[in-house]
Amino acid sequence: MDYLALYVTLKLAFVTTVFLMVIAAPIAYLLAYYHFPGKSLLEALVYLPMALPPTVIGFYLIIVMSPKGFVGQVWGSLTGGSLLFTFLGITIASIIYSIPFAVQPMKAAFSKIDRRLLENAHILGLSKRAAFLRVIIPNSVAGIAAAAVLVFLHSIGAFGVLLMVGGSIPGETKVASIAIYEAVETMNYSAAGMLALSFIPISYAFLLLINKLNRDSLS
Amino acid sequence: MTISASIKRRLKYYDLDLSFTCATNKMMVMIGPSGGGKTTIIRMLAGLEKPDEGQVIFGDEVWFDSERRINITPQKRRLGYVFQDYNLFPHLNLLDNAAFAAVEKKEVDDLFELLKISHLKKRRPHMVSGGERQRCAICQALARHPRLLLLDEPFSALDVVTRRGLREELKSLKGRLSCPIIYVTHDIHEALFLADEILPVVDGKIDRGWMQRTITREPGEAVQAKGAREPRLSLVY
Repeated sequence: MDYLALYVTLKLAFVTTVFLMVIAAPIAYLLAYYHFPGKSLLEALVYLPMALPPTVIGFYLIIVMSPKGFVGQVWGSLTGGSLLFTFLGITIASIIYSIPFAVQPMKAAFSKIDRRLLENAHILGLSKRAAFLRVIIPNSVAGIAAAAVLVFLHSIGAFGVLLMVGGSIPGETKVASIAIYEAVETMNYSAAGMLALSFIPISYAFLLLINKLNRDSLS
Repeated sequence: MTISASIKRRLKYYDLDLSFTCATNKMMVMIGPSGGGKTTIIRMLAGLEKPDEGQVIFGDEVWFDSERRINITPQKRRLGYVFQDYNLFPHLNLLDNAAFAAVEKKEVDDLFELLKISHLKKRRPHMVSGGERQRCAICQALARHPRLLLLDEPFSALDVVTRRGLREELKSLKGRLSCPIIYVTHDIHEALFLADEILPVVDGKIDRGWMQRTITREPGEAVQAKGAREPRLSLVY
């Protein structure tokens, strides 16, 4: 079995989840608590990766991350390297691909907190930032955990976008879903079958976890 | 210190337009029918809402002045505000809730003693009764050493017996505080029991005759009848 591909998949999912939690929290906060012109446009933009074919996202990421693209140029001048076909490249792709799955549950969890609790926090002297850290985050733990699990699951399932941005370099960008595809292409059904089978308990366990988190947040 | 306010605000069904003053150690009870603007006034004092026009002055500090475009944030007003519910943070136990913004953490123990909830320190808000939650909310507000205490129907969600007990404790607590207290209720009995001064607010205006009309139940307009029903019931107790 291609353990290396499985390892890259889990590493990618883990790194994506950690970064996305930090990136998505302020976006979800903004969407949950503020009204500003163009808010619905911003919200639709954040959710756009969910509505686009992964190959379309991959295509545009290639454009911006290639050595001639804007991000690729900046990265190249800073480090001399390329973003395409690297682990960092697929991490960025995976983050963009999964951003809706992080923002949506977090926003829902933040919106559920009673406004009066926040008003009371302000009256008790907390700045907006302090209220976010001391009141909103601790009262949204279930929603944040649900977001993390969703992002993790969505990341281990990514295929098209990663294939376009990262190709299939063993140990670097070759994730399990790509390894399965390649094994099938070369008629190596037993290798594909083993990898495929390993996904089922992982995904199933995480789904059970989401259910439990949702139940806890309702009670 | 004295709080004085003169505020105007255009609301959906009527205009809010009134002024009042409340001095240190005094409890002013704002009374009137539901929907008369009492909570809106309190929220303006707290800085949670903005009047269209007017001033809110605390001692020599200007908290709000529409002409000078001054509006001090709730964080800087350093006041205590007890709502009907929702003061307590669900993720913290009662002790941590009360100590949330305490000036001195040690004092919280004394306050718990005073309000008779010392045995509940480690409980979360959903594990105690409504009356105990409100006791804790009072501790939370007092631990901050508020310069002004706002109580917006703090006991309305409680049963009559608990409410009467807490009302009496609040009255005895009053002597220990050195700040103006503004108490909102629609319960005439509560108002008469607690108040140093009563401010009847009807449809956003001060209506000094409202209490009299309500108690004697002169044939009046629909608005008065609406306010009269519940307070009259409470006179029984």
